[in-house]
Amino acid sequence: MKLGKKLIAVTTVLTMAVGMVGCSKDAGSGASGDTIKIGANFEMTGSVAAFGQSQLNGIKLAVKEINDKGGVLEKKLEIIEQDNASKPEESTRVAGKLISDDVVVLMGATTSTNTLAAVNVANDKKVPMVTASATNPDVTFDSKKNKLNEYVFRACFIDPFQGQVMANFASQKLSAKTAVIYTDNASDYSKGLQKFFKETFAKNGGKILAEESYQTKDTDFKAVLTRIKQLNPDVVYVPGYYEEVGKILKQARELGIDKPFMGGDGWDAPQLLDIAGKDALNNTFISNHYSPQDPDAKVKSFVDAFKKEYGTEPDAMAVLGYDAAYMIADAIKRAGAADKEKIKDALAATKDFTGVTGKIALDKNHDPVKAAVVLEYKDGKQVYKDKIQP
Amino acid sequence: MDYLVQQLINGISIGSIYALIALGYTMVYGIIKLINFAHGDVFMVGAFVGYYCTMAGMNIFLSLVLAMVVCALLGTLIERLAYRPLRNASRIVILITAIGVSFLLENLGIFTVGPQAKGVPDMINKESIHLFGDAYVDSLQLIVLGVTVLLMILLQYVVHRTKIGKAMRAVSYDMEAARLMGINVNTTITATFAIGSALAAAGGVIWAAMYASVDPLMGIIPGLKAFIAAVLGGIGIIPGAMVGGLVLGIVETGVMAVPGGSLWRDGAAFVILILILIFKPTGLFGKNIREKV
Repeated sequence: MKLGKKLIAVTTVLTMAVGMVGCSKDAGSGASGDTIKIGANFEMTGSVAAFGQSQLNGIKLAVKEINDKGGVLEKKLEIIEQDNASKPEESTRVAGKLISDDVVVLMGATTSTNTLAAVNVANDKKVPMVTASATNPDVTFDSKKNKLNEYVFRACFIDPFQGQVMANFASQKLSAKTAVIYTDNASDYSKGLQKFFKETFAKNGGKILAEESYQTKDTDFKAVLTRIKQLNPDVVYVPGYYEEVGKILKQARELGIDKPFMGGDGWDAPQLLDIAGKDALNNTFISNHYSPQDPDAKVKSFVDAFKKEYGTEPDAMAVLGYDAAYMIADAIKRAGAADKEKIKDALAATKDFTGVTGKIALDKNHDPVKAAVVLEYKDGKQVYKDKIQP
Repeated sequence: MDYLVQQLINGISIGSIYALIALGYTMVYGIIKLINFAHGDVFMVGAFVGYYCTMAGMNIFLSLVLAMVVCALLGTLIERLAYRPLRNASRIVILITAIGVSFLLENLGIFTVGPQAKGVPDMINKESIHLFGDAYVDSLQLIVLGVTVLLMILLQYVVHRTKIGKAMRAVSYDMEAARLMGINVNTTITATFAIGSALAAAGGVIWAAMYASVDPLMGIIPGLKAFIAAVLGGIGIIPGAMVGGLVLGIVETGVMAVPGGSLWRDGAAFVILILILIFKPTGLFGKNIREKV
């Protein structure tokens, strides 16, 4: 009993001491306040960790460049990272955590599903949020409530555009008359692309023979692929993410399906090549935000800077993160203060911002109007095929 | 016709992997009545050993043997550290420990090799063999089935024809009486874990070869499916696990082969589990044994 009391006393003292240390530290950083805090809610682990890590690299490079040139409004930018483990419920939690850490802008997440999970947090707490790569329309415009998500912005084109680009590419360049769509049913992104591909392809006079679905983390696709083989379509559209797409491609080629496969920016990760193998990747096409082979000068200087910093070629996620960070810096500069409301208004007014992926002007739904590229995989390498203006 | 045959082949090839994992489940359950939830994660470790062996340039059979040895040791270690101290604890305690071990292995995996799925290079040159019409079977699918049947026969032999097998059956029947008869119960249980884990490792390597990717959480779903397969066949019964695995694989593929059925696969598997538990809790091969009083 005595010992128990003693323990409690000691623990209390210790807790207070630790608490006080914590307090004084907080007060210190608050008082100095010479940085503008940007919260980064990214997929550092989990099924699409490649996206989150790559995008954060792009953002860090941009922030480093900005800070080297003296920062924004004479303050340095500071990135506060949090991992959402590629899970929507974690993304919601992380967004709340970052806001309580006093960030003025949120960045992330990379996928539509994880971003959608954080949208309400940003809106409710009135903190501007910029996603660099979530392409689902609902991220910025809530179609169920028919209402704009006032505090949410993006730096990439949206699913309708990606779906349209690939449908037109299939009809015009591949002369496809029939198609099968194989969608990841657990992903808002995948379903978005599927919907708009279907609409445009039908408008072009093509016929959708079947719409099949799988789920994130599935590994065996042979049963459905065997059925797709029976249907013998001209093209197969798989708007999913690299991990499952890699397996789908490999198994499809093993079953003897030699038709072209097409997808979106969700394919764009080095792991796709590891999983599918370069032979299975031949005769596949994707829509994407940029190509490192684009002859544009701005693209070239970015690719060089990125290679120097990280030793690898930047993928689309990296370039989008880079552009989004510059877009935020640009908005803070125009806002004239690190104030959430002013930054929000400045972001909404973005119109002549030129990033690596092209000119970005936000429309009334906070969606950029910008170009897409179509890439073809040849022997495991992405080859620039076409640039399609909106 | 060729379509049906092709789907049947697809079903058997996934089913034989389920069977391979289910064999280990069923063995451990048969001896100490423990549902070893860490089994799926031992499978994962096996797949990773197979991956690294392949990266080091070994062929599939060498990788298979090495993975089985490593996982046999791992299984022994798990049994020694996690389960043996709880030998006389209630069953629920051991069950919860098994779940803990499962989480430990998964997160150790994430910690050491990262959460990313890794692509596995081809372990063998797959050759498609043309059967007839539009039906193909590839060499890997044949190897999987062959390895599974072989290991099952070997297991049957070990359990029914060897001394250690006799000890296993005795321990399974009555642990205390077996001890009184001079059987080293601990050694017997350790051997069971070693064999069960080696089988899981074999399943893991074959899985890695078939689906060309490994990640630290890859064991969860196959582990659950193998559990269903084991229950379906009658948990504790070796041929039951084999049949359960194949039936499950074929049913899953069958469901997906129907237009519009592509999302019903896991649903079908779990419905089977529920139906079996309601109507024939002892499984297809199980006999009703009266509880000893």
